[in-house]
Amino acid sequence: MSAAPKSEKERVGVYVCHCGTNIAGIVDVEDVALWAKKELGDDGVVISRDYKFMCSSLGQELIEHDIEIEGLTRVVVAACSPHLHEATFRGACDRAGLNPYLCEMVSIREQVSWVTTDKVKATAKAKAMVASGVERVIHNEPLDRMYVPVHPDTLVVGGGIAGIQATLEISNSGNKVYLVEREPSIGGHMAQFDKTFPTLDCAACILTPRMVDVGNQPNVELYTWSEVERVDGYVGNFTVTIRKKARYIVEADCTGCGICWEKCPKKVIDDVFEAGLGYRKAVYTPFAQAVPKYPVIDTETCIYFQNGKCRACEKFCPTDAIDFNQEDEFITVTVGNIILATGYDTFDARRIPQYGYGRLANVFTSIEFERMCNAAGPTDGEIVMRDGVTKPKSVGIVHCVGSRDNRYNSYCSVICCMSSLKFAHVVKERTDAEVYEFYIDMRTAYKDYDEFYQRVLEEGTHFIRGKVAEITDAARQPGEEGKLIIQAEDTLISRQRRIPVDMVILSTALEPRPDSKEVGHKFGISCSANGWFIEKHPKLDPVATMTEGIFIAGAVQGPKDIPTSVAQGAAAAARVLCHIGQEQIELEPVRASVNADKCSGCRICNDLCPFNAILFHEDLMVTEINQALCQGCGTCVAACPAGAITGSGFTNNQIMAQIEGMLMFSESNGMTRVAEPVAA
Amino acid sequence: MEKYLLYPGCAMERSASAYLDSTMAIRDDIAIEFEEVKDWNCCGATEYISVAQTPAHALIGRNLALASQQINGTNTLVAGCSACYLNLSKTDNYMLEDDKLSEQVNVALSAGGLNYQPGTLKIRHLLDIILNDVGLAAIREKVTRPLKQLRIAPYYGCMITRPDPNKHFRNAEYPQSLDKVMRALGAEVIDYPMKTHCCGGHMTQISESTAYEMIRGLLYGATQYKADVMVTLCPMCQLNLDAYQENVNKHFKTNFNIPILYFTQLMGLAFGHDAEELGIGKEFVSPGKALAKIGIEIPEDQASPKTKRKKDDPSLPMPAMPKDEEVI
Repeated sequence: MSAAPKSEKERVGVYVCHCGTNIAGIVDVEDVALWAKKELGDDGVVISRDYKFMCSSLGQELIEHDIEIEGLTRVVVAACSPHLHEATFRGACDRAGLNPYLCEMVSIREQVSWVTTDKVKATAKAKAMVASGVERVIHNEPLDRMYVPVHPDTLVVGGGIAGIQATLEISNSGNKVYLVEREPSIGGHMAQFDKTFPTLDCAACILTPRMVDVGNQPNVELYTWSEVERVDGYVGNFTVTIRKKARYIVEADCTGCGICWEKCPKKVIDDVFEAGLGYRKAVYTPFAQAVPKYPVIDTETCIYFQNGKCRACEKFCPTDAIDFNQEDEFITVTVGNIILATGYDTFDARRIPQYGYGRLANVFTSIEFERMCNAAGPTDGEIVMRDGVTKPKSVGIVHCVGSRDNRYNSYCSVICCMSSLKFAHVVKERTDAEVYEFYIDMRTAYKDYDEFYQRVLEEGTHFIRGKVAEITDAARQPGEEGKLIIQAEDTLISRQRRIPVDMVILSTALEPRPDSKEVGHKFGISCSANGWFIEKHPKLDPVATMTEGIFIAGAVQGPKDIPTSVAQGAAAAARVLCHIGQEQIELEPVRASVNADKCSGCRICNDLCPFNAILFHEDLMVTEINQALCQGCGTCVAACPAGAITGSGFTNNQIMAQIEGMLMFSESNGMTRVAEPVAA
Repeated sequence: MEKYLLYPGCAMERSASAYLDSTMAIRDDIAIEFEEVKDWNCCGATEYISVAQTPAHALIGRNLALASQQINGTNTLVAGCSACYLNLSKTDNYMLEDDKLSEQVNVALSAGGLNYQPGTLKIRHLLDIILNDVGLAAIREKVTRPLKQLRIAPYYGCMITRPDPNKHFRNAEYPQSLDKVMRALGAEVIDYPMKTHCCGGHMTQISESTAYEMIRGLLYGATQYKADVMVTLCPMCQLNLDAYQENVNKHFKTNFNIPILYFTQLMGLAFGHDAEELGIGKEFVSPGKALAKIGIEIPEDQASPKTKRKKDDPSLPMPAMPKDEEVI
């Protein structure tokens, strides 16, 4: 049954890719190509070919040749997902002089050959999908590419090692960077550590020179004790409002001499930098090498802010740099690109009460132990029990606390095996203690890591493969009195074991920051269910996000060690420099627009736009969409009750024709055409 | 007056009569009313279900069937004994999940003209009722003799928090319900890692040395933290810790001397009831010395003197578990 040709003027080419055996192993690609030529001729299909690798240069040349010689006006490529190769085939069309938006891809790999083993059904579905692509492509309209200029300045959020690396790469190239850090100093978690695996360099020795570089680099404008309040705009042209929280210190006058925190009478537990293991004053810098050197006054604990008396710091400051009346400042900057490197938090070990943290004094977390090992930490690097004096004679180190556990986080936190091995080495180096490591699997991938494991094995640390059930102080056997008893199944000998130790270190999981969802929303990027930010492509685009101009680096994307965080910081910087170098960025021309005649002014779409691209004209009572801000997501198109909003590249005509094409085909009857093509 | 159906179980009528007496003594204070299930039978304890599952479920099912006949304004069936509570809720849940079991149980019950539709009753432990229905505010209101300075080791045993089919006790490893009730009475509640370990159950009848070690661990766990009294919510737990304390001492050459009371007895004392009315005096280990601490008036400041950190104190700060209202 055949109606009049729908499209007399369009000449459509169909290309069915084998993808080696990825597609051809399941789908009869030759049959699909022959079928398209025969059955879809009425729709304008003049050429239909199958080819081993359409994405190869020969495959692309095939398309270019047919456009130039056979006069194709539309192209359909049945291959992988458009995520992978849409740009490739659009490029081929472009080179042959065909508007790239007259090319459509249908995914017969991800949506067909990879999801079934039934060859007959797969071939039938591939035909239905090719039909839908052909029906759609004849309604495609040529679209013009859009270009936006790129502001050369960059915002980096988070001053840990990833953010520092990104900042230095970009600023050293001669471009300006605004680095915003929530804490009083940059340095991040790395500044808390003592040694770094596997080489055991001192963390401060390798980190602080970079911090000083950031402080001295004239292209860097550093905002510590600050947070990003608001982000508007789009790639190339973001407007960012930074809240610079009041330090109560006049930075211009402060010399960082330290008399204020020496004289401050209020000592409080430092829950952030010292991880609760040490003290700081109410006016403080987190550590001696802080960048910048200026302290902050913590109003929550400051005696003056709480009781209205004291002002000791003000009395003793030699440069009159204390200003109790300072207020938060708001600074607005324009940047072309943004890098988020806001890092991670550690798992609250109190969530596993049977491991005793918070209940048994000598159970420590890994971050507490890092501070304890640090020569500048609360114990001056002495490994001691909670009494601050006694050296442990035996130490148990528990891996995977809050990681690889469905009750908390199912993922592996990546760094804990190596940092636990590092702890074992440090304990051995500084005490005579026996060390017991309780692990599920030992994960020491990457360069020189397994060699470090071998070294720790040779040093005599005892390794027990098994998940710890509980840690108690309930002695049962001689030798257990006064000890912490770690109960675990040793899966290598299939026996329950009780190991009495003086001290336990829990290697806690890495977790997303608790406010990661809000931060993601602020910057228009999304988090996985776990709360880690999602990269554009897990392998091929690990530092970009689905939002153009927003990049991620370091542990904000998932647990990571220092080398990988540094590599990502540099990678994100390279991506930003590429944008800056181009001076303008090409944008997808897929945009929504409002037909003012049809718009009833109901404003339903107004609040839905995730990109703040919709504005409402009160005087005319109609909505308008800013073409530069619109990202073409289609939310407003779907929501408009009057059908007044159209998405270019996704018009109702195209979508309806695509659905019709899909439904026209059935396995038993082949193509069934309705008498009148559906008009939208 | 909130009304509940009550399944006392064998122990509460005999060895643990103090538990039942104290529960009855405080029911007016906390405005609850019990209607005992008529003609109830033994729940089979921990043994029967391990030996013959289907008959064990039928035995328990009979109690459920009888209770469901008495539904009149309430369908909540309360048990004070942890084993009874677990058995009743196990059978109800298993019947709900397994149609075949449900049919078999009902075939057995039909011999006595009975029938039970699983899910008809809500089965709850007495502690759950007191914490969640009565509430801490109502408990605090009734306290006339705060248990000031009495150091209490709350002991949960293993059966109410595991497997906890209906999720009444949030955290199997670190339950807080009994801690909260005891704090509401003004007591000083200690935390110790052994609070959800098993008391050994009927292991005393099978392997004494095994049972003694399990009991010893609990006594040791609590006394290490200088507890004055261990508080239980299960007749089996109370019996093992109390009646076998002497045997444990002989076996291990230890000298534990810690009284084991029911939480309802402590509530009764705090509400101003006489010790005798609450069944106090029936224990093997006398609570005399511990209870002498209550009633002595101690000014609040002295109760928990704030220790000021000495200047040359080298000790490191200690993290603390979250307060009741803090969520982690």
